[in-house]
Amino acid sequence: MAKINDKYDLSKIKYNYRSEMGRYEHHIYFCAGAGCISCGCADVAKTIQECLGEYNLNSKVKMIETGCIGLCSLGPVMLVMPERTFYVGLSPKNVGKVIKSHFVDGKIAENYCYQDLKTKEYIPCIDDIPFYKDQVRIALQGCGTTEFDKIEAYIATGGYATLHKAITEMTPQQVIDEVKESVLRGRGGGGFPTGVKWQAGHDAVADQKYIVCNADEGDPGAFMDRSIIEGTPHKLIEGIILGGYAIGATKGYVYIRAEYPIAVNRLSKAIDQARAMGLLDEPLFGSDFQFSLEIRIGAGAFVCGEETSLMESIEGHRGEPRQKPPLPFQAGLFGKPTIINNVETFANIPYIIKHGAGGYTRFGRVGAHGTKVFALAGDIVNAGIIEVPIGMPMRNIIENIGGGLIGGKEFKAAQVGGPSGGCITAADIDVPMDYSELIAKGAMMGSGGLIAMSTDTCMVDTARFFMDFVQDESCGKCVACRIGTKRMLEILQRITKGEGKKDDIDRLLELGAVVKDTAMCGLGQTAPNPILSTIRYFRDEYEAHILDHRCPAGRCQALTVFEIDPQACIGCTRCKKHCPTLAITGELKHAHDIDPLLCIGCGACYGSCPVDAIHPTKREEN
Amino acid sequence: MSLSLENLTCNCDHGSTDAEKYAMIAQVIDAYKDKEGSLIQVLHAAQEIYGYLPLELQKFIALRMNKPLSEVNGVVSFYSFFSTKERGKHTIHVCMGTACYVRGAQKLVEALEEKLGVSVGEVTPDKKFTLDVARCIGACGLAPAVMVDNDVHRQVQPHGLDAMLKQY
Repeated sequence: MAKINDKYDLSKIKYNYRSEMGRYEHHIYFCAGAGCISCGCADVAKTIQECLGEYNLNSKVKMIETGCIGLCSLGPVMLVMPERTFYVGLSPKNVGKVIKSHFVDGKIAENYCYQDLKTKEYIPCIDDIPFYKDQVRIALQGCGTTEFDKIEAYIATGGYATLHKAITEMTPQQVIDEVKESVLRGRGGGGFPTGVKWQAGHDAVADQKYIVCNADEGDPGAFMDRSIIEGTPHKLIEGIILGGYAIGATKGYVYIRAEYPIAVNRLSKAIDQARAMGLLDEPLFGSDFQFSLEIRIGAGAFVCGEETSLMESIEGHRGEPRQKPPLPFQAGLFGKPTIINNVETFANIPYIIKHGAGGYTRFGRVGAHGTKVFALAGDIVNAGIIEVPIGMPMRNIIENIGGGLIGGKEFKAAQVGGPSGGCITAADIDVPMDYSELIAKGAMMGSGGLIAMSTDTCMVDTARFFMDFVQDESCGKCVACRIGTKRMLEILQRITKGEGKKDDIDRLLELGAVVKDTAMCGLGQTAPNPILSTIRYFRDEYEAHILDHRCPAGRCQALTVFEIDPQACIGCTRCKKHCPTLAITGELKHAHDIDPLLCIGCGACYGSCPVDAIHPTKREEN
Repeated sequence: MSLSLENLTCNCDHGSTDAEKYAMIAQVIDAYKDKEGSLIQVLHAAQEIYGYLPLELQKFIALRMNKPLSEVNGVVSFYSFFSTKERGKHTIHVCMGTACYVRGAQKLVEALEEKLGVSVGEVTPDKKFTLDVARCIGACGLAPAVMVDNDVHRQVQPHGLDAMLKQY
């Protein structure tokens, strides 16, 4: 591979790649994100290749495997360019029909396009789909539209030209000023202004400084960073090199979790390509700045997402947090000044330097400019990855982009910010998604996990789930977190079993406040948030569990039995087949009945009923 | 030098002897010799080669890396990815992330425990599967998800488990 020495080399690669691609009339962007891979997209891709051969389309149509296009719940998906027709739910069986119809007969295969569940209409053009309409893609730009495994493809979209501009035309201070002016805030959770952090790194004096990319995306319900790495690994690399240049670090690390083997693989390949082209480990563009980048793979510890633990882990130690100060920019990795940013933060940098701070501050709102990537999951129709301007009301995300809740169920709350965040209730659904607004509601932006929950969700059980997670992941170094989370978990377990005591709510509030104030690192300091937030908004549910021994959502098995409404039951026998304890009796086409003594409250019948005749109810004590 | 886990896919299947595996691990250690803080990366590779990290192997690594055994063992016991017990040929990770939990992951765990006759963290008697739970694997759009080795299975239902297991 030829080395890149100046911008003419970049232009040449760009031109060559574009003219190579320009030979084809159509391009198929085929999603090879982790989501689509898990639903067998490799077989679909193979079938597409075969079909293209069979219909003699190889000179006309080019298939490109891209990163995540976003709509994970409908995968495998593909986007046909330049028509921008979006096909979903592909399989080796149906994709042949789609290829024939689209390319041979020249007719859009409508039945395989996105279907609006409300209007039942098929929407062929990706830009008309509500999921994509309101999105603004900056961090995700190129994700789903560029070949992830070719550096040429990234360069063809203007990649690494920004790096060239920064290194040949800007001083490190100018790069920092641009980032400062963009008011980019850390996208990993803390929300600290990136420019200010970089200034501190720049001003620190040392023989060696480090820049670290935190890709230890551990929040349950978050997969934004994974999509960015898998879809546009080179953008991340460019962002990190820019950061290194700005603060004067010659060495960088990407700390990535072992649970993401595909992302690790693609990023390693991208680093190898960048190295082969002379973008790493060699003086860049004739300057005397050179940068090296290394991947460090985590080993399954949530606490390593906390910056001081992360540094411990890179050094090869147990991932236990360090006491701050000194802050990482004073004494971080191997005792040297270190700046740590999250994947999404780095992914915004090339855009900011390319378009200037003014180009970035067009989006978002005062105090929090730009966009935020969210991972939509839970009981939502369009689960997947989205990017929206900061400040967009949550209602817009849930109802328009997310398409509402599965089965038309009623929205109860959304957990924002994972186990460190809190819930936003239906009453607050119009809250703008902004750092300060979310904090005022007792949640936080966090890294961007957004889990929608329907009225079937028990909030006490949800709090118990998060506490179970945090307690298990607590590293045990400080007492507040190690013992505090355990005691809080025990209380919650007791409550969900109907054994709660009258003063349990007060005890949780007290314990929560103490752990928040005294834990050593971010994990412990934010651990009580889900409890405090659910008590704040759903105190009545806690009281129902404790005083009335009743789970209003019918989720806590120990407190629930199910019953069938004989008027509504159509006698389809489906619930009977699903019941694991043979508690249901009844003949075909006659109303069924559940024996409350045999019912274990598992809810298998509830999920299977086609006419909503089954409802949870309080388990009577005997 | 690029030493990724990819290049070291040798698993017990190849019938390599312990001595051969130890020799491979020694190679890895030497390759990482000049890199600061590489213990975790070495342990990843060692587990990939040997399947798990018994005390004997930890001693070997400690000696060769010139580190106290307590440090190696401290790291092994801290991270959930490292196992000191022999693992099955395939590892099943039922994702217990929020999205999967909300959509019924607990039922999958119970069903798998019953089908395989083991509890979470155990190996089946035929050494074929290790059953484990995972913290969010980042496939929330596909909940509930189950990861078998590196394959993610989407929207798994208890009645679909047999079909999933049959693939291995």
